[in-house]
Amino acid sequence: MTEQNAGEKKTSSGKIAAAFEKGKKEGRPLFIGFTVAGDPDYDTSRRIARAMIEAGTDILELGVPFSDPVADGPTIQLADGRAIRSGMNTDRLFSLVTDIVRESDVPLVLLVYANMVYRRGIDRFYREAAAAGVNGILVADVPVEEAAEYIAAADAHGIDPIMMVTPTTSPDRIQKIVSYARGFIYLVTVCGVTGARDIVAPESIALLKTVRNHTNLPLAPGFGISTRMQADAYYSAGADGVIVGSAIVQKVEENIGDADAICSAVTAYIAGMKRK
Amino acid sequence: MTNTGTGNTGTSRERTLFGQYGGQYVPETLMAALSELEDAYLHASNDPAFCAELDLYLQEFAGRKTPLTYCPRVSADLGCRVYLKREDLLHSGAHKINNALGQALLARYMGKKRLIAETGAGQHGVATAIVGAALNLSVDVFMGETDCVRQALNVARMKMLGARVIPVSCGTKTLKDATNEALRNWVATVGHTHYLIGSVVGPYPFPRIVRDFQSVIGKETREQILQKEGRLPDCIIACVGGGSNAIGIFYPFLHDDVALWGVEAGGEGLSARHGATLCKGTPGILHGAFSYLLSDNYGQVTESHSISAGLDYPGVGPEHAMLKDAGRVRYEAVTDTEALDAFLYLSRMEGIVPALESSHAIAYARKLGPELPENHIMIINLSGRGDKDVGTVMQIMGDRL
Repeated sequence: MTEQNAGEKKTSSGKIAAAFEKGKKEGRPLFIGFTVAGDPDYDTSRRIARAMIEAGTDILELGVPFSDPVADGPTIQLADGRAIRSGMNTDRLFSLVTDIVRESDVPLVLLVYANMVYRRGIDRFYREAAAAGVNGILVADVPVEEAAEYIAAADAHGIDPIMMVTPTTSPDRIQKIVSYARGFIYLVTVCGVTGARDIVAPESIALLKTVRNHTNLPLAPGFGISTRMQADAYYSAGADGVIVGSAIVQKVEENIGDADAICSAVTAYIAGMKRK
Repeated sequence: MTNTGTGNTGTSRERTLFGQYGGQYVPETLMAALSELEDAYLHASNDPAFCAELDLYLQEFAGRKTPLTYCPRVSADLGCRVYLKREDLLHSGAHKINNALGQALLARYMGKKRLIAETGAGQHGVATAIVGAALNLSVDVFMGETDCVRQALNVARMKMLGARVIPVSCGTKTLKDATNEALRNWVATVGHTHYLIGSVVGPYPFPRIVRDFQSVIGKETREQILQKEGRLPDCIIACVGGGSNAIGIFYPFLHDDVALWGVEAGGEGLSARHGATLCKGTPGILHGAFSYLLSDNYGQVTESHSISAGLDYPGVGPEHAMLKDAGRVRYEAVTDTEALDAFLYLSRMEGIVPALESSHAIAYARKLGPELPENHIMIINLSGRGDKDVGTVMQIMGDRL
């Protein structure tokens, strides 16, 4: 791959970009909500996704459960385990995506680990994902050095390759990453795994500002965001949206066995995060 | 130490690969640390002071060089000339100390104050605890809950040495999940912590660094056999879990006319539960590297099984994947039962109690030996001693011992 300049034309013209543009026009940052596909089971997972969208989730992120999720903390590890035990697999994942997008217009992003994509066949995974209605894919353990085949497949099937920038990413790497990424930049706010925290590290605000100098792509901080106060801190520092995962997954864990209770807890939580 | 790697030159992505395998499949947060480690290693391995200090520790602290022991009774029994490379005689009881010393000195070279490690059988955890104590670095060892139970003695040893042992209760509760947890911890502590990975696995540069530190085994073996026999061996046999003792003894012989055999954990048989990643696995991505692994058709990594915790791992080092595809090393598997028989065989024939891991190599030697001419020179890497396995063997053998 040759490096390209980050420019306007690298900003995807797809559904994800449109969602951010709409948010910008309305003067509000996006709420990007994460849930694990198939957690705790297929039908409940589908209901959770619908509840999240109805509660005002602007972009839905679906985690593809994996046996060895090294970027994830205990909350999402447990959710992955529940989903795998309930029979979630790549075939059912794409059918879940089809079911979700049939009922909504919200852009859909997959968070997945490399082996799940590789084993399906990289091109086939992106092709099937696109056919099901996926708009963006982030592969958690594929840094830009390993990304060529994944980005080529994303390009071939009209999917935005979402990429991460972290507090340890050097300016050179930031430049390289933003030149390949589309849709938005996933800003990892902490050195660590996923999991609800209640702090805003000053270096994550600094990171937001640094990355802003490198790209016009929307910036969405994630990892450890669970409170309205954190979200507001990132919004006022210029974030175009925030990503919330473990805090939502926790509602599943806390209400396991009661699908109604899970959905109402998720709805109430997101309403609180979106409150004006 | 050597840094003339297999294909590991230049600045492109090619340097991170072994054939098509290897690479750096890690979350972005770790990329800076891998780059720092690679730079530090290149400096250190070309720094005569660093190399001299490592050599000194290997000799005076770990007990190198290890003997290459001729086995008269086994030789007579198998009908060829059998030598053992005695890594079991090292301080800590296994080859793991070679790598632990190298990486701990490297950690100090980088100014890191804390070591983390994953461990299966506990040998690598013990080796890390030992070097941490000796070099005044704090040590946290991640160990699967199941392994903590079956290797309780090593848990106690690590604690006595001042290390903290963190039981890992997620997933399969064995080495695979201990490695996941060590990687997660490293992501969060990357500024002051070095991840002292225990085998030739993980993202580049780990497979290369560990191979280089372990290749002292093969270098000594080469000198010793030339001295004793005046020629190179005909074959070398080593067990393969992640594959560090095997690559360590194979590496200096890769370009020679020496048959190389890697022996994997056949567990309950290759159609049942096993840990024979190269024999039965398929290419995939685990723990930062593209290599062979045991997974289902969708990509979920499956549970491995072996009588020996050190071989109970569904992945394998990427350089082994390359050597398998190239046909340079042949990989076979022996079952738990065959390994157990070999454990008792070597103990009773030569008075040397092998680790259950190394017993896999012995077991394959017993299969191979009778087919070979009697002047054939066979070297078995005796990667560790069996003291840690006495409990396991007693439990299985009971009154039959």
